[in-house]
Amino acid sequence: MTDTRFLEKNVAITGIGQSEVGRPSSRSAMQLTVDAALEAIADAGLDPKDIDGVCSWPGDNSNGSSFSPVGPLSVMTMLGLNCNWFSGGYEAAGPLAGVMNGAMAIASGMASHVLVFRTITESSNRTSGSKDQSLAAKSGPRDGNFMWQWCTPFNVLSVVNITAMYTAAHMQKYGTTPEQLAQIALNARRNAVINPKAVMRKPMTMDDYFASKMISTPLRMFDCDVHCDASTAIVLSRKEIARDLRNPPIRIEAIGAAMNQPYLWDQVDLTANAMPDAANAMWARTDLKPADVDTAQLYDGFSILTMMWLEGLGLCPKGGSGAFVEGGHRIALDGGLPLNTNGGQLSGGRTHGMGYVHEACTQLWGRGNARQIRDPHVAVCASGGGPLAGSLLLVKD
Amino acid sequence: MRKLPLLNAETRPFWTGGEVGELRIHRCDDCKRFFHPPAPVCRHCTGLNVVPTPVSGRGTVLTFTINHQAWTPEFTEPYVVAIVELEEQEGLRFLSNVVNCSPAEVEIGMAVIVVFENVEDVWIPLFERAPA
Repeated sequence: MTDTRFLEKNVAITGIGQSEVGRPSSRSAMQLTVDAALEAIADAGLDPKDIDGVCSWPGDNSNGSSFSPVGPLSVMTMLGLNCNWFSGGYEAAGPLAGVMNGAMAIASGMASHVLVFRTITESSNRTSGSKDQSLAAKSGPRDGNFMWQWCTPFNVLSVVNITAMYTAAHMQKYGTTPEQLAQIALNARRNAVINPKAVMRKPMTMDDYFASKMISTPLRMFDCDVHCDASTAIVLSRKEIARDLRNPPIRIEAIGAAMNQPYLWDQVDLTANAMPDAANAMWARTDLKPADVDTAQLYDGFSILTMMWLEGLGLCPKGGSGAFVEGGHRIALDGGLPLNTNGGQLSGGRTHGMGYVHEACTQLWGRGNARQIRDPHVAVCASGGGPLAGSLLLVKD
Repeated sequence: MRKLPLLNAETRPFWTGGEVGELRIHRCDDCKRFFHPPAPVCRHCTGLNVVPTPVSGRGTVLTFTINHQAWTPEFTEPYVVAIVELEEQEGLRFLSNVVNCSPAEVEIGMAVIVVFENVEDVWIPLFERAPA
């Protein structure tokens, strides 16, 4: 039956794929993308000729930058797809925007099977000896970028300085401790140790965490995600067709993409960011509640952002993420809310957004092997930090 | 070596007020509220009567971080990045640096006052501890 109020409910994830996650990978960005795309299409039980829509966030918006070297235009060309709809672009509600846009395209009848992908090659970019492209871009001529012109004149060349200030503000306001923050990194590493595709698999102790290099107080190296080369893809399908495909459909139960604050990293709420905007909009589109969530795959580009997502999504009280993760038991694989079960981006690798969706589906389909959690049906994925925020609620009936 | 901002009609007053010792923040003549960053329209009321207006330059450190990472070889010493709220209006704030003291002396809630660093045609508004 078609849901006529919240149209995303008429869309399901039917297949997932992911290339190798290299640090670095010797494969080209396009090869990684093809690896992920063909795996996802085959996983859904489809043929490439069935795909009639392609999208990606952010797409190739910066001349092949390692942050996003491959966009929809090249993928639809390389795979010889006949598309009724395609889209890419940065200005959207964070790294899950490709999934959101693809779901809306299907819900509105523009396409039936949409390939959503995200490719990133920040590891090979760095190890090739070239300066990180995002830094290089910020050390060129005068800055007129809407956001960065208010940062680079003050020697802020990475958002780590800004997320560090969010962390300091959270600690000041709520009494969050460095030991509590560390649990995000420790949990990620515990899960990465048993994930063969994770890039950082050496066990980490609390002492290791505190021995890691200070980047920008109070954030240490282990609070920052690790660069990798990878592509992640999913196939979205119209719900009616999805039932006849290979996997039990994973429904898009609700999308959260709201943004009710200025899109500037120093003007958003310093201890909540845009997370509550997106999350509240998502919960308004479903009868499910935070207590129904079986697993959370939450952005950990920086550890503090995971804490703010836990709060923003209502998975713990506002300001209470420190107490919630204390000791790490609640967020462990056998805890009440298994978190970032593949090692997240902190230890699994910075697949950037789409990795959370891939892992949520892996768990919902019971493919987690050593890291499989017990019988999950509802997963929440969320991505972004600062003024970037988007969330997805996924359900396998 | 700071990267300099591109100046345009809206942003020039903010970046050049320091030449005459003024921190200039856009203010709406309709709703009388300040807003930042500067724009040709007030984001509180959509008013178009916006005027770059000198403020006291006094504020409070809302939050800060000490950067240790050498992003390029010339970053040899830790430096303080802070978000400063100006005394004129709650929520009126921008990202800057706290200078002229040891990073270890900076704390949340610290009273600060603007100082300017001139590079070419830009006067970058930084902050230092306000006299007691």
